[in-house]
Amino acid sequence: MTTTSAGMQNPVEQYLRMDRIPHIWCPGCGIGTTVNCFARALDDSGLNLRNLAIVSGIGCTGRVAGYLNFDSFHTTHGRALPFATGLKLANPELKVVVYSGDGDLIAIGGNHFIHAARRNLDVTVICVNNFNYAMTGGQVAPTTPQNAVGTTAPLGVVERPFNLPFLADSCGAVYVARWTAFHVRQLSKAMTEALRKDGFSFIEVIAPCPTLYERRNRLGTSLERMEWYRDNTVIKNGADTRECDITFQDQIVCGKFVDRERENLIEATRAKQEAARTR
Amino acid sequence: MSNNGKAELTGALYIDGDHAAAEGAIAAGCNFVAGYPITPSTEIVERIAARFPGTGGTFIQMEDEIASSIAIQGAVWGGAKAMTVSSGPGISLMMEHIGLAAMAEVPCVFVNVQRGGPSTGLPTLPAQADMMQARWGSHGDYEIIALCPNSPQECFDLIIQAFNLSEQYRVPVMFMMDESIGHMTERVVIPPYREIPIVPRKFTARPPGQYKPYEPEDDTLVPALTKAGQGHNVHITGLTHDERGYPVMNAVAQDKLIRRLVGKIRNNVHRIIDVRADGLEGADVVVLSYGITSRVAMRAVRMARERGLKVGCLRLVIVWPFPEQVIRELAERVKVMIMPEINMGQMVLEVERCAAGHCRVVSVPHAGGTVHDPTTIFHTIMEAAG
Repeated sequence: MTTTSAGMQNPVEQYLRMDRIPHIWCPGCGIGTTVNCFARALDDSGLNLRNLAIVSGIGCTGRVAGYLNFDSFHTTHGRALPFATGLKLANPELKVVVYSGDGDLIAIGGNHFIHAARRNLDVTVICVNNFNYAMTGGQVAPTTPQNAVGTTAPLGVVERPFNLPFLADSCGAVYVARWTAFHVRQLSKAMTEALRKDGFSFIEVIAPCPTLYERRNRLGTSLERMEWYRDNTVIKNGADTRECDITFQDQIVCGKFVDRERENLIEATRAKQEAARTR
Repeated sequence: MSNNGKAELTGALYIDGDHAAAEGAIAAGCNFVAGYPITPSTEIVERIAARFPGTGGTFIQMEDEIASSIAIQGAVWGGAKAMTVSSGPGISLMMEHIGLAAMAEVPCVFVNVQRGGPSTGLPTLPAQADMMQARWGSHGDYEIIALCPNSPQECFDLIIQAFNLSEQYRVPVMFMMDESIGHMTERVVIPPYREIPIVPRKFTARPPGQYKPYEPEDDTLVPALTKAGQGHNVHITGLTHDERGYPVMNAVAQDKLIRRLVGKIRNNVHRIIDVRADGLEGADVVVLSYGITSRVAMRAVRMARERGLKVGCLRLVIVWPFPEQVIRELAERVKVMIMPEINMGQMVLEVERCAAGHCRVVSVPHAGGTVHDPTTIFHTIMEAAG
């Protein structure tokens, strides 16, 4: 996210709060890459961006809201989705995007995640999954693959991690995709598609945390990680989300897994009220 | 409940405090409620759920109280007037978001129909034991406003005031009912809505680029609001922030922000407080009370007056901010202040602090589950009058 030389402007600058740059993310962090993809997706989405609102929780990805030059809300840990629920219901004209991390959305916010998906709240959820709590120094998360280490599991994780696409799918999300920070074109396209859906759309982005997760697990530099993503991801559009588990240093299934229609919460509420009026 | 499809209910109703609070919120213009079932507050959300389709409001039953307490804040940034409703355990879960509402200056109302605690306690029986929690429950330094109704009529009247105060000062307002008031059925008169004074939200007139969500535009310390979708591109955070809403991590920014957040209430205590005095002239003994206990206290005071004693009564209708100056001045004039409350002695600590040794302060604690026996308060009065 740097300005290029002599009068040239980075095309995503218009969407950033340039008065807040430089950002706080580490060199090699994948979050900035996802923001770049998101900015390009906004260009392609055809949305009225005046009505766009970004809601984040707490954590490294939770800082995304603070760098995007839209109505943006940096809420409490895990609670971006219930905040977004109130925001969207109070003004259905808004396009609400929840942009947060795996610990925020799936651990402390896991209950809100399944309920927002179940309700088919019309929001786009972008979950940057770096497999650990990075803001607090690299603790393990419910997404950390088994046997990977973190400061709170120095011998390696014994718990089975969540399979996020399966979780979102089984709760009724209308759009589910997973990409890595290497797959910038596919990710940007997925974001555009998700933004155009009228319902709970979910994208998991696997992203490197070179300072903590990659370093502690001796997975190399961020560049080496990009090469690893390139060589060890399998693109399976339409894959059965039950088969999208992530195991430590094994292949990662990417692609668009779910794209379907379902009456969203606001549509269903309006239909019920209309039926009551004409009864 | 039946409302005959009417958005506005006007006239005399025979309803309980929970229902009256719901009607008051509607009359105040509340159009977003998020809640979660919990005794003894559930009737409020049930009435809201039944009434909102007719008034154009949005009700959602969230997955828990944590979600409810932040959904209402999302709704405020979407332009709504919002409240949530709960009781002890649920209110405890909401504490982090009361802090967020104070920090991000989100006008909203938290209704607490108090029941016996701690923990699950006495779900169906009254207490007034959340009074200090209402003031101090979230972490950090902040100020809130709390009101204590003592009848279904006041549940209607004062919740309107709760919304008005939240808009005027951009703070979360705690509406401190209790199980007795919530489930007490009395006559409630609802005036025509046009006769009800409503404090409208102070929206900024500044265009995009010139509006700062945390810069007061006048001398009140209270910044004007906006809502999402106006082109203002606001950034709102629970982090310490500057006038633009941008995070600033240092002691200077913290000092400036916290002094303003606290100052907007502390500088206006004299405008906010509401105390109701009865028979203070020449009284050496005064009974202080709030909420349901004020009705029991009045009975005890009448019993003492029938014996020829000059006993005063002072009821705190707004308990937070605490009416420090009123209590200080009173302490210099009387010999004894008696405070019954349905807790083991909470607000009496504030009374003692303000009395500062100028008079004797006697607590009449009650662990909860019912209201005081008026004779207990009466005997305390008689002993104090000695």
